[in-house]
Amino acid sequence: MKDDLAKLIDRIDAMRMDRRSFLNRTAAFGAVAAMGGATQALGASHATPNKGGILKMGLGGGESTNSLDPALAASQVPFHLNRTIGEPLVDVAADGSLEMRIAESIESTPDAKTWMFKIRQGVEFHNGKTLTPDDVLATLQRHSDKDSSSGAFGIMEGIESMKVDGDMVAVTLATANADLPYLMADYHLMIQPDGGRADPADGIGAGAYKIIVNEPGVRHTFEKHANYWDQSRGHYDGVEFIVINDATARMAAVQSGQVHIANRVDPKIAKLLSRAPGLTVQNVSGRGHYVFIMHCDTAPFDNKDLRLALKYAINRQEMVDKILDGYGSIGNDIPINAAYPLFDDSLPQRDYDVAKAAEHYKASGHDGSPIVLRVAEGAFPGAVDAGALFQQTAAAAGIPLEIKREPNDGYWSEVWNKQPFCASYWGGRPVQDQMYSTAYLSTADWNDTRFFNADFDALLIEARAELEPGKRKELYSKMAVMLHDDGGLICPMFNDFIEAVGDKVIGWEKNGVQEVMNGLAPHKTWLA
Amino acid sequence: MHPVITLVAQRLALGLLLLLAASVLIFIGTQILPGDVAQSILGQGATPETLANLREELGLNEPAVTRYFNWLFATLQGDLGTALTNGQDIASSMGKRLGNTLFLASVAAIIAVPLAILLGLIAVRYQGRWPDRVISTVTLATVSVPEFLLGYIAIYFLSVKFRVFPSLATVYDGMSLGDKLYAISMPVVVLVLVVLGHMMRMTRAAILNVMQSAYVETAELKGLRKFTIIARHAFPNAIAPVVNVVMLNLAYLVVGVVVVEVVFVYPGMGQYLVDHVSKRDVPVVQACGLVFAAVYIGLNLVADIVAILANPRLRHPK
Repeated sequence: MKDDLAKLIDRIDAMRMDRRSFLNRTAAFGAVAAMGGATQALGASHATPNKGGILKMGLGGGESTNSLDPALAASQVPFHLNRTIGEPLVDVAADGSLEMRIAESIESTPDAKTWMFKIRQGVEFHNGKTLTPDDVLATLQRHSDKDSSSGAFGIMEGIESMKVDGDMVAVTLATANADLPYLMADYHLMIQPDGGRADPADGIGAGAYKIIVNEPGVRHTFEKHANYWDQSRGHYDGVEFIVINDATARMAAVQSGQVHIANRVDPKIAKLLSRAPGLTVQNVSGRGHYVFIMHCDTAPFDNKDLRLALKYAINRQEMVDKILDGYGSIGNDIPINAAYPLFDDSLPQRDYDVAKAAEHYKASGHDGSPIVLRVAEGAFPGAVDAGALFQQTAAAAGIPLEIKREPNDGYWSEVWNKQPFCASYWGGRPVQDQMYSTAYLSTADWNDTRFFNADFDALLIEARAELEPGKRKELYSKMAVMLHDDGGLICPMFNDFIEAVGDKVIGWEKNGVQEVMNGLAPHKTWLA
Repeated sequence: MHPVITLVAQRLALGLLLLLAASVLIFIGTQILPGDVAQSILGQGATPETLANLREELGLNEPAVTRYFNWLFATLQGDLGTALTNGQDIASSMGKRLGNTLFLASVAAIIAVPLAILLGLIAVRYQGRWPDRVISTVTLATVSVPEFLLGYIAIYFLSVKFRVFPSLATVYDGMSLGDKLYAISMPVVVLVLVVLGHMMRMTRAAILNVMQSAYVETAELKGLRKFTIIARHAFPNAIAPVVNVVMLNLAYLVVGVVVVEVVFVYPGMGQYLVDHVSKRDVPVVQACGLVFAAVYIGLNLVADIVAILANPRLRHPK
């Protein structure tokens, strides 16, 4: 009896080992496959996915106020709703390459101004209607209308005109943009019948699952869309999201097996949790970054030396170790990391340097009055502690920081993008151009560091029209240097996405574009 | 007219006036909060254009006073409107949440109220001896521990370690009553522990107060059993303060359990209200506020009436 048990445990251990190495192998294979533009099921040679069962996900980041209108999604649960119900034109794969979904292929004119998306035939919406290029056009129009309140409005602004041409949708831009296909992967841009004009929140999409129960802030259940076009995805009979905003309750739910996957594991407990039986803690480096932002046009931050002094006065490694408990990587005062295509890793890493910080602080001629840094726990998890660490390391260089704690409630409307120096969070974007255009271009609405640099803007526009990757990379590294030395961004760390995944879930992939495999866990995993 | 009916009518009228005042206060409160619903919906992703578009769409450009009176007239006609954030009908979505809240509260109350009174009676019966000490200490301890901590302790032992009860108390339509009761077992345990102490101690104190009376001494001299004296002679005269504290705790079970709801992921009114406050969804906040105020006013009314009915001197005024 005892021997049998020991054997069984050994076998389980062995299986675990297999699965880990299996995951690594599939991840490596996935990278290669996706680069070739192939979309076959990853790891198909290792195991055939089991069909059936219900996947239960315990998700933080949902409210009773959530809408099914894909345009209004702004937190985690609506993101997952969009990803589960909807189907985008294109998607960004784990390695940063483009993956074709509703669009079958993409062509552009040599000047990168007009883009043609060939629309896949035989895709069916949940209401039985066949998806047509007109639906695609109507969707894109709804998000780019003058009176649109879509979260994707900003990225649609550059579009001059759109039209249907046979089985193609042609998009013409005012200025060239080599990255346009990537912009179409935005998670708000889910194709809806007639663009969702009649009722944007009816929850009808073309994704692998259709919504059955919609109780915002409580639970959402889905059932497999029988006529989903992609046979390699969507292995479950149904999916259930249970909204669990309390971190402790979420972890208890995954530990007691009531949910298979829990998102947003607190880095502070990730190591403890990984010792719990029956689950694995998965982490993947993402593009999201925790930052402190200074307004470059507001005193005293309009002084380049003072900005540099503060940049040298922060201990990035300590932040990663203490705030993220190692689940992350250090930043380099630019919003870009190695996860982005065309990233230039030759930019020297800025380290904590008391002498240089003191030197620049002295050169800035600051009067020695305390510099107010506003923080709130809602800016990013651990922001208040990070502020305290920053205060300590800055004090060592003789720079007086005053930490002002703000309420979470109203932080994004009253403090961020209003106060000259505060903690913030950026979720990252699929490509460098989009990240820079969103927050560092002089004319950007969310230029939250008030970085106005004509040369930088010119390089950004030039890079958009540049189709040759080598040259684009060069342009991007020039911009990185400018921002690194002159910008108002202090970027101490990039955080990992950390999730707890029950051992029953097979087929997990590392995908750091967004959390929980970029929202594809219901599509690509299956139950053992 | 019977004085009790007059009193009830007066109280009801006063209650309606209070409700109106509460709705004004809540509306003012939501206007003072920084940011508006458009900003909260769009969050970090707000741009000036999308903000303006959304405000237009939601009718936020009207002056606050106009919006309040529009809301008031619609409400008086029984139309609570739709949520600004997700367009759901407030009456039906709040009704569901209210049903859940009342379900949880009543199950907790059905267990807690008799238990608290019984324990109070026992504590008086053995006043100063070990059963009294044990009951007083334990209930004082459970009422002193913050409810979320009680919740986490219960989750750790009952869900994660021994897996007796589910840690998620999510209930939904289509569950059988048995399933629902099983799902809410953990929050019920925690809520019972939280409200037990207050009610039990009040019962004990009220009865002890009466126990000093001459008629209790007479009963003792008659040779009645101690417990009979407490239950039959002392308790009826202590009922007014006990009912008061019971009503207060019932009101707490309905309006004050948001922390327990969050810990056990229970879809009640508390979480619903908090979500909409943080999104500045004024119509929903107003509706929830009205319901909560009505519950408080109603339960207090019940407490007063019971106090009158329990007291012959008030029941039959000269």
